[in-house]
Amino acid sequence: MAVVGSVAAIGAGLAVIGVGLGIGKIGGSAMEGIARQPEAAGKIQTAMIIAAALIEGAGLFGIVVALLGL
Amino acid sequence: MFKKTSLLTIVFALSILFAKSSAPAVSENHSETEKSESYNPVPMIMHHIADAHEIHFWGEGENSVSVPLPVILWTNNGLVSFMNSEFHHDDAGHHVVEKKGMKFTKAHGKIYYANENADSHGSYISHDEDGHSENSKPLDFSITKSVVGIFVTMIILLLVFTSVARSYKTNGGIPKKLTGWMEPLVVFVRDDIAKENIGEAKYKKFVPFLLSIFFFILVLNILGLTPLGFNVTGNIAVTLVLALVTLFVTLKSANKNYWGHIFNPPVPGALKPLMIPIEIVGIFTKPFALMIRLFANITAGHIVILSLISLIFVAQAGSGTGMAWAVSPAAFALTLFIFVLEVLVAFLQAYIFTLLTALFVGMSVEEHH
Repeated sequence: MAVVGSVAAIGAGLAVIGVGLGIGKIGGSAMEGIARQPEAAGKIQTAMIIAAALIEGAGLFGIVVALLGL
Repeated sequence: MFKKTSLLTIVFALSILFAKSSAPAVSENHSETEKSESYNPVPMIMHHIADAHEIHFWGEGENSVSVPLPVILWTNNGLVSFMNSEFHHDDAGHHVVEKKGMKFTKAHGKIYYANENADSHGSYISHDEDGHSENSKPLDFSITKSVVGIFVTMIILLLVFTSVARSYKTNGGIPKKLTGWMEPLVVFVRDDIAKENIGEAKYKKFVPFLLSIFFFILVLNILGLTPLGFNVTGNIAVTLVLALVTLFVTLKSANKNYWGHIFNPPVPGALKPLMIPIEIVGIFTKPFALMIRLFANITAGHIVILSLISLIFVAQAGSGTGMAWAVSPAAFALTLFIFVLEVLVAFLQAYIFTLLTALFVGMSVEEHH
């Protein structure tokens, strides 16, 4: 059975693991923060979205390199 | 009654927007009337992500239905312009257009100077061993699909915001209809993005710039999701220019305090030789990250939507048309889900780009504390 696809796809998958872990952690601590202090929910949500977008930006560096290699 | 109508309108609008995914796929179906080995979706996807010298609707090669766009080239003999229809849908370097004594041919979307004679395959372009073209290219300033997309966005923004500005005069400051839609967004950018990050004292002069960036990127992202087939913010040249504008604004408005922090960072003396190069490189990596983030998010979104629709054609090539029909509802549902996510991403990416730009500008103009 031959290997299908390319190593670039494996690299992209690894990058997404990192992004998933990072954003999952951010989401988890945001949930805890909102549970402790519901009044601060708006601010916590905004900070969570910003942090998630930054982490995703970093992960997308990896995806872009994978696209170049595809 | 009112609520039902607006919900229906939204669903209807979404399903029309969603037609984007089915339109490109139909053209690919015409070339595969019998079961082939397997369907490779990559060329179709790359065709829809890439920029083009025409707005292509459907059809392949000789039978394509498309709107040709002007080709404008800066050559050794000056400016040359003609319509893309003169290439007669040739994309493999077989057709030569002669203008002002020079010959041009197009391959893989790029325009080259053509060789005098065709080679054995009928191509007017010479290739090296790796298959890369060796011919030189004139400077290409054509009005391509992305440029048309930018013009469309420009017109939309001008129409919307001039009418919103005018409505304030006629309605005595009370927002109605379109103004009511735009005002919360504008106030949001002014208060929560500009004032927060740049500070009370200096935010006013940057608000037009931040508003322009926000709405430009937002409308371009949404345009990329329509069936018109534009992919402007997914073009790295466009995001590069936006990032360069941010870089230029941050450098131009930087004060002594900012440069002081770069060349004399407030760290213990032993760390200074390490921190100074990091800070200098940091000036450029921040806009670079802005560019990559927007480009990759939008392009990845388009690729995912196109790939999920291609599932139907992979099923057809692998197991026959019956299987393709069976797979269709699942592929449709997946695509719809990702599509709605992409609408969220369109707003989010516009917000993040504007927010980070405001942050960088805020860091530039920050006074010593």
